[in-house]
Order: sequence, then structure tokens, then C-alpha cells
Amino acid sequence: MPSRIGVYVCHCGTNIAGRVDSEGVARFAAGLKNVAVARDYKFMCSDPGQDMIIKDIREMGLTRVVVASCSPRLHEKTFQKACQRGGLNPFLFQMTCIREHCSWVVADPVEATAKAKTLVAGAVSRVNEHEELYSRVEAVHPDVLVVGGGIAGIQAALDIARSGHKVHLVERGPSIGGHMTQFDKTFPTLDCAACISTPKMVAVAQEPNINLMTMSEAVEVKGYVGNYTARIRTRPRYINEDRCTGCGLCMEKCPKSVPSEFEEGLAKRKAVHRNSPQSVPNTPVIDPASCIYLVKGKCGACKQNCPSEAIDFEQQESFLDVQVGTIVLATGFDILDPTALTQYGFGRYPEVYTGLQFERLNNAVGPTGGKILMKNGQAPESVAIIHCVGSRDKNQHEYCSRVCCMYALKYDHLIKDKIGHQARVFNFYIDMRCFGKGYEEFYRRVQEEGVTFIRGRPSEVTDQTLSAEEDGKLIVVAEDTLLGRPVRVSVDMVVLCTAMQARRDASEVARIFGISQGQDGFFLEEHPKLGPVSTATDGIFLAGTCQGPKDIPDAVAHASGGAGQALSLAARGEVSISPTVSWINPDICVGCKMCVDLCAYSAIEFDERRKVCVINEAMCKGCGSCAGHCPSGAAQVRHFNEKQIFAELEGLSQNVPLVRQPAGVDHL
Amino acid sequence: MQELIATLETQSDPLPGAAFEPAIVAFVCNWCTYTAADLAGTSRMVQSPNVRLVRMMCTGMVDPKYIIKALLGGADAVLVSGCHPGDCHYINGNYKARRRVKLLMEILPRFGIDSRRIKLTWVGASEGNEFAATVNRFAAEIKELGPIDTRRLPLL
Repeated sequence: MPSRIGVYVCHCGTNIAGRVDSEGVARFAAGLKNVAVARDYKFMCSDPGQDMIIKDIREMGLTRVVVASCSPRLHEKTFQKACQRGGLNPFLFQMTCIREHCSWVVADPVEATAKAKTLVAGAVSRVNEHEELYSRVEAVHPDVLVVGGGIAGIQAALDIARSGHKVHLVERGPSIGGHMTQFDKTFPTLDCAACISTPKMVAVAQEPNINLMTMSEAVEVKGYVGNYTARIRTRPRYINEDRCTGCGLCMEKCPKSVPSEFEEGLAKRKAVHRNSPQSVPNTPVIDPASCIYLVKGKCGACKQNCPSEAIDFEQQESFLDVQVGTIVLATGFDILDPTALTQYGFGRYPEVYTGLQFERLNNAVGPTGGKILMKNGQAPESVAIIHCVGSRDKNQHEYCSRVCCMYALKYDHLIKDKIGHQARVFNFYIDMRCFGKGYEEFYRRVQEEGVTFIRGRPSEVTDQTLSAEEDGKLIVVAEDTLLGRPVRVSVDMVVLCTAMQARRDASEVARIFGISQGQDGFFLEEHPKLGPVSTATDGIFLAGTCQGPKDIPDAVAHASGGAGQALSLAARGEVSISPTVSWINPDICVGCKMCVDLCAYSAIEFDERRKVCVINEAMCKGCGSCAGHCPSGAAQVRHFNEKQIFAELEGLSQNVPLVRQPAGVDHL
Repeated sequence: MQELIATLETQSDPLPGAAFEPAIVAFVCNWCTYTAADLAGTSRMVQSPNVRLVRMMCTGMVDPKYIIKALLGGADAVLVSGCHPGDCHYINGNYKARRRVKLLMEILPRFGIDSRRIKLTWVGASEGNEFAATVNRFAAEIKELGPIDTRRLPLL
């Protein structure tokens, strides 16, 4: 039976009709094959517009509907639902865009109308081949996996747990808290970072709905939205968390010292160590690479001295599979290693520090007990702070790291505060970006404290002195771009505001969770403006700096957003899954297995009994890699199958006079 | 047969004095280039009307036979455009498209179709200006190249 198609051409006020002759397009459509009715209307997406479609479906017995209006990315769902209300399967609908792709971009009204007709002809031809499809409804597992225990992961885990859902919080390190626990003060309010983060860390430990797994990583994720299985690998801590009281005697007795990662190499730690007494959990961890017992089999000083017999050298790596419905990724960021930027002398001159090292110098439990001291034990008389090291730099990262201006201002203040007003501070900046709440006010306050701001990116930091005054100092060579002349500033200490960058294993994490990275390496959100926490993979959400550089308030807000998105799925309990996935016709498939290896989602299996390949519809995302390749044409994506594409192409090329007409002749 | 070819020739020949306006079919992926086309529209970037988009979910689902079908069906050229390498919504569909288009560009000239009539580009979702520029550039190139000869090709 031939289909009965209704075609509806929208005016969109004057957005379409101002350039395209919508009535003419409707008249043209009425003459196309199988078209039962073609109408035009001012606003198809309005209630009367939708009602028109519903009425026609019911009264005229339409079996297919085409709407020519704006982009399907805007209103495809609207019209699909209208079809459904009229009693038509929503997949018997096709939308074509004559606004964004036609009326708004074609200057000449005749050409615009001709293009609109072509597009409508394509859609009408295609819709003939559409088939009824039905979405599946799947249950959503109520538990949530949060990956990463920095401030974003903590916030997301707490938000979710407090709603009554169970959270598995996986942290790679020995303690949660992330980078924030390394900081001293936080801008612009100068709250002590530990004072505001440790209560949250403790809340995680005390929350019965959170299953905290430290020393752990997700190594494999299977499944799809609502039904993920994540394999968690837990590395041995060599200390029994249940027995350990956190007294710290083992750390006192351990004879082996190595540079501390937590102190950014500025201090030593023992082989058995813990970031700080406030760590959660506060059980220390034995580093197998430096522990004498684990390397040589002799020592055991910690074991002999532990009053609670918690040391367990027999602990092994363990694996656990957790079932969750949704996943929140909060894997955070790395600090750029400025060694490669040799002009700044990091690693060559001992008094050149990264921002994170300087945080540790300020921290009360840091290597200097919170005093800003040089390696010789003296307080610096002058400090240069170089902004944008590796950020806003075509050779490193083009993006702005968004936090450096503000923490540089914080350092300015702390230097003045701790060393005294006589300490001279020089900021070398490109632009000051103080965009947040209270940030500009803080900038002004620091300016008034007598800090010097020099606009220009330094070309080098050197110890090559030109005069006796410069002897023994580090000289920052730059151009003051406001004065338009070169400057040499001699200082005792240089702080590099190093860029935030994607984790070095971000690509591996992206692969495990099936998400993408942007060009800057950070995880790619679904939409830069309207979908900043969701990813293109349903049920996987982003939180914090794994999506891009953020300060603490933004990371926390982002994490709450991610938690909210995960919760809305978990609370609903079910999810509708699009039926536009691939299908392999077993009558045509020859079992060549080409598609099995092509599938990026491992959704195709080979049926040994029937000798054909079979799609696992639950795993298939409908990308069509198999359909695009299948040599026999057995694999087809539903709603994007060969017949439908061919029909669209035929519609686009036939029916309409090709635009090969003498210029200026109105042939329409 | 000769007769048929003769009729086809008269049909496909442009009217006397007509400027050649090519018909170009573009297979674009839903997530990047289609979105970029929407953005170009919203930003009112005037484009050559010769290009008609066919929305695909991913360039990885563009079977080479779709391209051949378009060329044989009257399109003077085909544009395939998707997400930048590494940005594919479906992990790596665009790499698959790249391989297929490359092969096609080697094979089609043997059948008398100029490989310049196929183009593969990467236009990300935020690159509306890049999309408009790609369309205009490609349309100009094909205008220069002239109408396709498929209707006179012996394989038909």
C-alpha cells in the first residue's frame, strides 16, 4: 500500500517565509508522489501547528509525516511526540531543515526557495521508506560510581549519598581530598583550605551510603546507561585499615626516606607515609617501591613497632566488580611540568618554584611549617610571580587555566602578610582575569597592598648578572608592554603559575569509559553551553576539572550538577533507549566477521551455530561503523538504512529542476 | 543505446548561456558538522545554495555506495564531513570514514570521475564559520571543475 504523506512547511514567522516562499514549497510538495496533503503554517511548533498534524493523521489517515522547518536538533522531538499523539509511530516522521540550512544562509529568495523544495523532496522520498520502531525501556540500577576523590568527587558523592542512593567512590591515591588538601589558603576569601575541605572528607568517611575505595582504579567498564559493571582494582596498602588506629608510630620508626609527592618534592617522606594527619582514611600506606622489606625482604621496623598489628606485607592486589546505573567522572587535572620551558629555569635554579610548591611553602603542615623561606632558610626580600606558564601559549596550551591570576593574587597577599610589607612582589601577567564573585574586589585589595604588576610575559629567568646589584639574585627579563620597554627585575624567588592540564592518562580513562577528549585533552562535554556535565555517552557525567580548568567554587558547582544528572536517572529508575541501532540481517550475513573488529563498543558477536554476526542491541550505540563497511550490506542502522538514504538521495536529485538555469530566470 | 546517450546528453547539458550551478550532496555527522551547519545558520553566514545536507549519525556510517549513488544520481560532487580526529562521538567512526573516502578517491578516477569531486573535511560543532567557508570553497571548486559526466559514462 502506498504511503499517505502529510507535508507541513513552516513560516517560522518571517524567519523562513521572509526568504523562502513557504506557500510555494507546500504547493510543490503537494505534487510529489504519495503526498496526501501539504500545508504551510506560521509556526508549526506551536500548539495549533501540532494540532494540525494530529488532526490530519486522524482524519486523513496519514501514514507518514514530513515537517520542513528549523533544525531537527531543535524540534524533532516536538513533532515526533505530536505524531505519537496522533497515533502514528514517531519514527514514521522526517524533518528537514529549511531555516538554518536554507532561509538564513541563502541570500537570493529564488535560490532559497529552490533549495527548500529540493530538501522537502528529499525528505518526502525518504519518509516512504521509514519503518515503525519502538524504544526500549530499561531499568536503571540505583547505585552510582564516582571516580576520583578530589573536592569535585567528594561533593558529587555526598550529594548522591544524601539522597539515599549508594555511591561507590573510587580514589587512586591513599587518601581523598585531591589537590585541595595541598593548598594553604583559598582565594578570594582566604579561607584555610584544610578547614573547609577536611569536614567534607570526614563526612565521606562517616556517610553510610558511601563505599569508599582508596588505592583503587576502575580498570574496565562494561554495559550501558542504567546497567554498568565496573571492575575496580585495589592496590595493596600493606596496612590493615580495620586494625590501624592511625597513631603514626610506623612512620616514626621507618628508616627509609624518599622525596614526598604530596610536598611536591620539597620535603621527604618515609616509605610508610600519609599525606597529613587529616587524611581520610587516616591509615598510612607503604610504598612498595621504596619499602626496604618489600624490596629486599629485610627490615620490618614498622611491623615490629605497630601496637595494633596492622602491618600486613602479605596483602595482594584485589579486584571487585560493582554494579551501577550511572557514573560520575571526577578525575581532576595535572599540573604542567615547567622543566620543558627551559627559559624559566625550573629545576636549574633552586629558587624557582611551581605554584603548587609555593602552596606547600605556605602550608602550616608543609616543609617550612608555613613560613615562606628559601632553601637557605632565609625569607626572600623580593619575589617574582610569572603568570600563564604553559597557559595562553601556542607552544603549550592555548587555553587559559582560569585559576592562576587569582592564586597569584593570593600569593601576593600572603607574601606581604607573612614576610612583611617591605617584601617586594612583582607580577608578570598578560591580562588579569578576575571574573568570579568577589575576585575583582580582591584584585583591588592586593593592588592597594603595594604589589607591582608588570604587563608582559618574561622571556627568561636567569642568573647571568649585569651589575653588582644583581649578584646572587635571579633576574627576570621581560618587556613591559604598557611602557613599551624592556625590564630586568632582580628577585630572590620566582613562582611559576603553571597551567592546569588534562591528566596524563586521560586518554586511557576516556577509552575505559567510552567518552571523548577535546583538543585540549580534557574530557568532552555533550554541549559546551547546555550540556556541560553530561557526555556523549549516556549515563556518564563529568564533575570538576576533568572537563576543563576550574577553580574550587566552579568545580564544586559542576560536581553538584553531575550528581544531579546522575540522580535524575537513578531516581526515575528507568531509561528509554533509542531503537536506532544496528541490525544484521542473518539471511544476508556471510559471517566474514569484518564488523566484529570494527565495532568500537564490542557490540557484535559471532554466532558460531548460525555462522552469522549478531548485534547486541543493548551495547550498540548506532554509529553505523558496521553498516558503512559490511561488504554484503547485511548490517544496517535502523532509521539510517540503505533504502532510506538512497530514497533521500533520489528525492534530492530528482523531482526538482536542477539549479542549472540561466541566471535571472525565474523558472519556479 | 546510442539514442539513450544522446537524450541523456541533451538533458544534462546546461541551457545555453546558463551559468553552471553544481549540485553537491554533503553527508555530515549529526554531532559535529550538522551542528556546525546549524550554528552557521544561526549566525547568518551566507553560503552557496548548491550544497544539500544529508544528516547521518556518524561519518563512519557513510557507505561508499552512498557516495557513488549520489554521484551517479546527478550530484556533481560529494562532501563528507564529520568530527575532528579524536573528537568522534562514536570513538573512531571518523577514522573509518577517512579510510573509505581515501580508497574511493583512488578507485573513482578509474571510472572517469575526478577525485576532486569528493571531499572529506572535519568541521567541529563550534566551527560555524569553518562550515560556511568549507561549503563556499567547495562549491567554487566544483564550479571551476564543471558538471559531472556520469550520465555519459559507459558504465551506465
